[in-house]
Amino acid sequence: MSSETASTPSPGPGAPTGPSDVVVAVRDLWRSFGTVTALAGVSLAVRRGETHVIMGPSGCGKSVLLKHLVGLLKPDRGEVLVYDCPVHALSDVDLDALRIRIGVVFQSAALFDSLSVAENVAFPLRRHTPLPREAIASRVSELLALVELEGKEHLMPSALSGGMRKRVGIARALAMRPSLILYDEPTGGLDPLTARTVDELILRLRADLGVTSVVVTHDLDSAFQLGDRLAVMDAGRLEISGRPEEILASPNPFVRRFLATRAVAVASS
Amino acid sequence: MRDHMSDRRALPSLPVSVLEAFGGRIVRGLTETGRTAFMMIAALRWILGGRLEIRETVVQIHRIGVDSVYIVLVTGAFTGMVLAYQTARQFLDFGAQAFVGGLVGLSMAREAGPVFTAITAAGWVGAGIAAEIGTMTVTEQIDALRVLATDPVRYLVVPRLAAAALALPMLTMLANVVGGIGGYAVATAAGVSHGTFILSVQRYLEPWDLAAGLVKAFFFGLIIAAVGCSRGLDATGGADGVGRAARSAVVTAILWILVSNFFLDLILFRGARQ
Repeated sequence: MSSETASTPSPGPGAPTGPSDVVVAVRDLWRSFGTVTALAGVSLAVRRGETHVIMGPSGCGKSVLLKHLVGLLKPDRGEVLVYDCPVHALSDVDLDALRIRIGVVFQSAALFDSLSVAENVAFPLRRHTPLPREAIASRVSELLALVELEGKEHLMPSALSGGMRKRVGIARALAMRPSLILYDEPTGGLDPLTARTVDELILRLRADLGVTSVVVTHDLDSAFQLGDRLAVMDAGRLEISGRPEEILASPNPFVRRFLATRAVAVASS
Repeated sequence: MRDHMSDRRALPSLPVSVLEAFGGRIVRGLTETGRTAFMMIAALRWILGGRLEIRETVVQIHRIGVDSVYIVLVTGAFTGMVLAYQTARQFLDFGAQAFVGGLVGLSMAREAGPVFTAITAAGWVGAGIAAEIGTMTVTEQIDALRVLATDPVRYLVVPRLAAAALALPMLTMLANVVGGIGGYAVATAAGVSHGTFILSVQRYLEPWDLAAGLVKAFFFGLIIAAVGCSRGLDATGGADGVGRAARSAVVTAILWILVSNFFLDLILFRGARQ
């Protein structure tokens, strides 16, 4: 399936339809770094309440795509609409206003080294809300309980394991009660057991909070566990986008080869 | 024969490759300077808008100012001692001990105090700023700031600029004081009398000499913080990129300090007596 086909994915069972249901719309996105083309005409639509997983091998452009969704990178060509706002064309002030509505979980967790766990989670609340200190402390405790890290408020990021760092990153991303969360390799660098714990957390957040999620990963187990819809990228292009069963049934040679890595991993285990 | 000629065409001659390398360095230097200038403009906008991060600025004043006191005490004292040792040795031979105190005082206040303190701070503070912000850049913490709707220039750069611009004059004043004391100790040990040294300082050192040195230190502080922040924000790759950013911050800041020192001297001491 070409990226053009991917731009008009069919809604999944029970999925809402209509333009207002599309939270993220990417249209013919191009981006190069020097002579390297990272995105070559990517189009994508993410609907309200769904978890859309973007898979692909390392270096295929999926993290670059994610950075465009939150305005960390500007496209050479094409459009990125989030909540109908053209992210690529917003002023700094408008972009910040939009970013407050989006939670981002980074591949490396990106916790601020100089701040404690509690200060990291409280960071957006302190900056963007008039909440008093006690209310912020209470919200931080609530968020840490949500990610099962009660009592870790005073630890510094350097004292945390990889899985704990990811969970603090998720708690920080949830602080402003975003309705859209972007996850960049949420299980990257974690052992399989911890990776499944993070997957379960993401599923629980979706069930409890009803947020729309975009997950970038090359972990196939994670992708099929989390995704309502999946997309597969290769060399800056979206090869296919659809429901998990559509992806599994795809005759696309690259997709078959990519999915085979999961079968090999399962067989060898 | 033809092959041999084509080989010669394919390889750039030595002067050409040297020119290319030199040109490339100039282009890189201009690009880096341009980025630093844009960052400074953005910082100035936050400062003029009165949007200062007070808590972060206080933290940085402590890091840049208080943590640098010991190193400035040592460098300042020994600079004054060396100045006194060299001048006392020469001047005593000519019976010109009346000038030793004035020369040590003037040299410390106008040049040695601000310049040596700034060069020390470029290594100590500038490298630290570049390494800290560079690490934040390569570990996505700067991206995290942006997606949390926080401008890194406002949150990281402005506090460091303010802290360095405030701390450097204070550190320079400290260097002047301990340099004077060190110079006095060495000069009197070398044979200059207590009264002659003090009188000489009073006669030749004017308040403007001290004030001008502190004005220079203010600008040196801005240079150190601006270059450190800019190199840190531009860091790429991993640990190697952070190391490159720190090295570049130190070398560039020292260059800018020495070049700007000359022009600041032209402006500040144009109408001075000596």
